[in-house]
Amino acid sequence: MALPPGDLIAAEPPAAEEIQAVPVRHYGRWVATVVVAAIAVSIVHSMASNPNFQWGVVRHYLFDSRITAGVVVTIELAVAAQALGIALGILLAVMRLSPNPLISGSSWLYIWFFRGTPVLVQLLFWSFIGALYRTISLGIPFGPSFIHLNSNSLITGFMTVLLGLGLNEGAYMSEIVRAGIISVDDGQTEAALSLGMTRLQTMRRIVLPQAMRVIIPPTGNEAISMLKTTSLALVVAFTELTTAAVNIYSNNFETIPLLIVVSIWYLAITSVLYVGQYYIERHYARGSSRELPPTPLQRVRRGVFSARHDPVAMGAVADVARPHA
Amino acid sequence: MTEPMVKAEGVHKRFGRLEVLCGISLEVGRGEVMCIIGPSGSGKSTFLRTINHLERINRGRLYVDGVLVGYREHRGKLHELPDGEVATRRAEIGMVFQRFNLFPHMTSLENVIEAPRQVRNVPKAQAIAEATDLLTRVGLSDKLDSYPSQLSGGQQQRVAIARALAMKPKLMLFDEPTSALDPELVGDVLDVMRGLARDGMTMIVVTHEMGFAREAADKLVFMDAGVIVEAGDPREVLANPQHERTKAFLSKVL
Repeated sequence: MALPPGDLIAAEPPAAEEIQAVPVRHYGRWVATVVVAAIAVSIVHSMASNPNFQWGVVRHYLFDSRITAGVVVTIELAVAAQALGIALGILLAVMRLSPNPLISGSSWLYIWFFRGTPVLVQLLFWSFIGALYRTISLGIPFGPSFIHLNSNSLITGFMTVLLGLGLNEGAYMSEIVRAGIISVDDGQTEAALSLGMTRLQTMRRIVLPQAMRVIIPPTGNEAISMLKTTSLALVVAFTELTTAAVNIYSNNFETIPLLIVVSIWYLAITSVLYVGQYYIERHYARGSSRELPPTPLQRVRRGVFSARHDPVAMGAVADVARPHA
Repeated sequence: MTEPMVKAEGVHKRFGRLEVLCGISLEVGRGEVMCIIGPSGSGKSTFLRTINHLERINRGRLYVDGVLVGYREHRGKLHELPDGEVATRRAEIGMVFQRFNLFPHMTSLENVIEAPRQVRNVPKAQAIAEATDLLTRVGLSDKLDSYPSQLSGGQQQRVAIARALAMKPKLMLFDEPTSALDPELVGDVLDVMRGLARDGMTMIVVTHEMGFAREAADKLVFMDAGVIVEAGDPREVLANPQHERTKAFLSKVL
């Protein structure tokens, strides 16, 4: 039977008012919430009530001058080594993508060596560099040299750790940078070249800024990892945060509280890095999505302003508050 | 007689063992519009890309404005040009791509001023003024601060045309500029291209838009399997093709 044409379009909308449906009850989630909360409370309770944690000692050493000095050294080391790693990584990645086989090959060799040996072993090597080369001189290879330096005075404890961690990091960063570069569409390079830009301009202005979106998250990973890897300085007897704590507890045997102190500091610095990464990611996300969500700061500011200056918004809020008034 | 803007003499191009161009010879005069049509894989896009040396040719000679493309001839030997000189010559040839290839991290305005600022060191204020003019000419004066992701395909392609024009090119190459667009948006882009043709720009357009070829082109070239099968006045070729291959192709697309 053929329908009369009018039947295809409902004559009257069945319900014009807003839908107020009863939400699905998630009983499983309630159970899970109770279980998780119970576990959390018992953990916190045991940590607070177990006297072996010695929270008093933790509080005493948290801002001890040796510890805070260690924090400063750790930050300096991590920043310098990560910066060295990023600079080397960009250089190695660009070399790796070079059409010249000698250049790309030497980059490959570097990466192969530094990723293939433990960073702990590399650190120890740098600390014994004085045994391998007594003096280090700058000059023309196989020709005259201009500057002579004693290895042991040039490669200080800081330099040992910086070189050990930075050169190793360069190998890992180069793979991250290379992944970023090859993630950018070839059409971008073609468009830039067709406009008369040189290869270097194309890389710097067009390819790298877009590659950053892929490069930043794993680099944040690397930076956080670097922060904690500086604790390997312990094996070359260079004093940063962890070594400072170890030095203290090997005298007073307050091992657990000092390890807690160290953990609190690493967690605090890592949290700061999270914030940094969030804003750097936003910067390089320009043009990628139609509108970026507001930052926490913008959200607070907008909330304050709309409440104060926007009577319509206030009215709307008031209406929602009393739906049946 | 004045020198043609583009002159190709027996241009060959191989990718590995695959012959993509097998002896292309043609001339495009100053202010002329040439449309190149043909089935996909016929080598028409590859030929377009050889003109600004995005692809290097294996045999033959290619001249733009009387100057050899990509090489310097000295005592009967060809010398490759250094990157800088290739870049300088490319700056005088605008190119528009099928997939737009706008820089997604820059606004429309930044896309257009990028090359004048970087390549020609044009002062910022002047570059912005010229870019604003160009974007107004392609009908996008209200989209200066929009990122490509906020624009429709047709708008993106018009920004791409403005970006190429910002370098004040003497020749414009269009590689299927409307093939990636919704049918509704094709017209806006073709209008801009017609305007350019009227203003006397020398253009080579690889296209499937037969209507545009018929009314805007001075010459029509039909390519297949790396050779020019037929060339001539567009109305003539489209209405009365001489070759079987041309007839077969046109019967499918018209």
